[in-house]
Amino acid sequence: MRSRDPEIRIRDFKEVALGLTEKQAVKEAKRCIQCKKPMCVTGCPVEINIPAFISAIRDEDITGGLAIIRKYNMLPAICGRVCPQENQCQGKCVLGKKKTAISIGALERFAADYEMIKGLSQKTNMSKPNGHKVAVIGAGPAGLTVAADLARHGYQITIFEALHEAGGVLTYGIPEFRLPQKIIDREVEYVKSIGVEIKLNWIIGRTQTVDELFEEGYRAVFVGVGAGSPRYMNIPGENLNNVYFASEYLTRVNLMKAHQFPKYDTPVKRGKRVAVIGAGNVAMDAARTAARLGAEKVYIVYRRTRSEMPARMEEVEHAKEEGIELLFLSSPKEIIGDEHGYVKAIKCDAMKLCEPDASGRRRPECSGEDFILEVDQVLMAIGQTSNPILTKSVKGLNLWGAGYIEVDDEGRTNIPGIFAGGDIATGAATVISAMGAGKRAARAIDDYVMGRKKVKSREPEMAETEG
Amino acid sequence: MFKVLHKEAVAPQVDALIIDAPYIAGHAKAGNFIVLRIHEKGERIPLTIADSSLDKGTITLLFQKIGKTTEELGTLKKGDFIRDVAGPLGHDTPVKKYGHAVLVGGGIGSATLFPILKALKEKKNKVTVILGARNRELLVWEDRFAEIADETILTTDDGSSGKKGLVTEALKEVADSTDIDVVLAVGPIRMMQAVAELTRPYKLKTYVSLNPVMVEGTGMCGACRVSIAGKTKFACIDGPEFDAHDVDFEEIAHRLNFYKDEETESLEKFRKKKCKGKCKSKGTKESSGQVVK
Repeated sequence: MRSRDPEIRIRDFKEVALGLTEKQAVKEAKRCIQCKKPMCVTGCPVEINIPAFISAIRDEDITGGLAIIRKYNMLPAICGRVCPQENQCQGKCVLGKKKTAISIGALERFAADYEMIKGLSQKTNMSKPNGHKVAVIGAGPAGLTVAADLARHGYQITIFEALHEAGGVLTYGIPEFRLPQKIIDREVEYVKSIGVEIKLNWIIGRTQTVDELFEEGYRAVFVGVGAGSPRYMNIPGENLNNVYFASEYLTRVNLMKAHQFPKYDTPVKRGKRVAVIGAGNVAMDAARTAARLGAEKVYIVYRRTRSEMPARMEEVEHAKEEGIELLFLSSPKEIIGDEHGYVKAIKCDAMKLCEPDASGRRRPECSGEDFILEVDQVLMAIGQTSNPILTKSVKGLNLWGAGYIEVDDEGRTNIPGIFAGGDIATGAATVISAMGAGKRAARAIDDYVMGRKKVKSREPEMAETEG
Repeated sequence: MFKVLHKEAVAPQVDALIIDAPYIAGHAKAGNFIVLRIHEKGERIPLTIADSSLDKGTITLLFQKIGKTTEELGTLKKGDFIRDVAGPLGHDTPVKKYGHAVLVGGGIGSATLFPILKALKEKKNKVTVILGARNRELLVWEDRFAEIADETILTTDDGSSGKKGLVTEALKEVADSTDIDVVLAVGPIRMMQAVAELTRPYKLKTYVSLNPVMVEGTGMCGACRVSIAGKTKFACIDGPEFDAHDVDFEEIAHRLNFYKDEETESLEKFRKKKCKGKCKSKGTKESSGQVVK
């Protein structure tokens, strides 16, 4: 896929990946060999009929292709941009074994952007209102999906969002240069256009309780509050000035527009030499944001090696192009402050990989050596965990692990009428899996409210949209 | 959008706003705060809920105009709107029947203490309130406290009202003359630290309400992290009240200064814009004399 020149793009926050032209998309679609048993579909968490949509694009019926995607995936413009396709659909593509896998993500994005660029609007077959109210907590990928699916089915939906903007992690977490806000806004506007009400600044668990929602006549509640609480390493120096959790750093920039301070009131510190700890997508986002805020040198500090990096391949490549240096086998053990309590360096253990263990995985262990990296800012991106505000407020809700909600395959919790999905049920995962969970939960909620027997189906019979 | 129903000046640089927020009012407990953003370009700041009315569906915010956002908030009038108000946030103050509780407030700290006083009185505690300020004018809500508390002791640095001296001196007198079961202190960080150091040898259970920088206020960013007994805690969801004897005050004081330059820049820009260049010299003078956080 085309992307903007690194020299130019690191001076702004505009989108880096440019997407395919129509000509390129059709050409790429023609490469698909239309397997009888398409492996790509098995790699897709929501099992999009990928060969069918590619075939439509090949025939230059772009909106037809999009309609096929939308049966399974409500957020194609977003998933086309942020899905880790190399581990999903594209990773399974048989062409990838010998040559290059079909760029399925790029084609998905192309189809979704085509509609936007051509100014076409999404037509929706709406069922008649059925008079039932359902509450959705959290306006992220899972919540937006549940809301849209149930609204199309005639439900009266209210989404309660804690922040002052909808979108969840798409808005506060993923930077503009990777996922432009206008793409998210478009999806949010669509959800509103089919009758969903979004109440912002509304923290269920605090502003209102789940019990009160039931008292107000909501027949079911879907919890999609994400896993937004940052993890920390418990190493000395973590609370020095100029040590940020990536979540705070990115929230300041993405949600609060701190890169435009003082035009916007929220400030953010611009480091000159920045160490980002961690190697997932959030780490890449933080590192690339630091570069855009004028850092002279940005390091990704990771205790394993390239092949274990959890970030999307494209993000790692983009980060490297933007001059970000990857330091592998480096495990931070202390953040060192100057006499004023500001970061001046980090101390890392140099690691080495052990012989493979029983699972075949090579664990890193200390080599006995350490080194000091002089930096003036540290961004910690070692993962997120559950946020307790909602879960603690619901008595008797079964949780697992670090406070995640226990659900069955269809998103049912142990409390009848309360459903959950996305990161709050699985732990930090992907947008597409949150969306998939939302679709399954929407069906389960429909069955629950209508008093139908539990029906298990893999077919997406609920979504009936036309592009 | 949240409507301002009433506005009044409480003390020099301290205003009170009564805001229409029925759901927040319906759930607010002593010790809770809200996060607000005045407009689209504004920052999110936490403010204690100084009072709330279930019947009227209102909350009262009391704030000192020490930075850009609080100064801008002070320009709002009855009928104006605040774009975002989210809450109530933070743990509720552990209110129970202690026996004798002493509340110590410095300046704007009264805002946090007032609902705590009411809640403690509902639980039939004997409550002594000590309020301190630099001078008489800067005391906040002392009359409201006096109405409800069993005893209200005022201290001022210059002796213009109550006793001349610091709140800690008054607290020491109380501690030496009567039994105290719990102390709750809210005010500037150094005042809370002094209270913690005073009560430590007395082994008096002491709580302080911390006011670090916050961004979103619901446990997702970690901007407000503080060290409590050597462990990292988030003031927004684990606090804002903590056992005073476990708090690393030096760290908080240090972290509160982190954005000092930006706060000054933002405030100066706001003042210049507010007087549209007409009072340029005055604006600069004012801001240079102003202590920002």
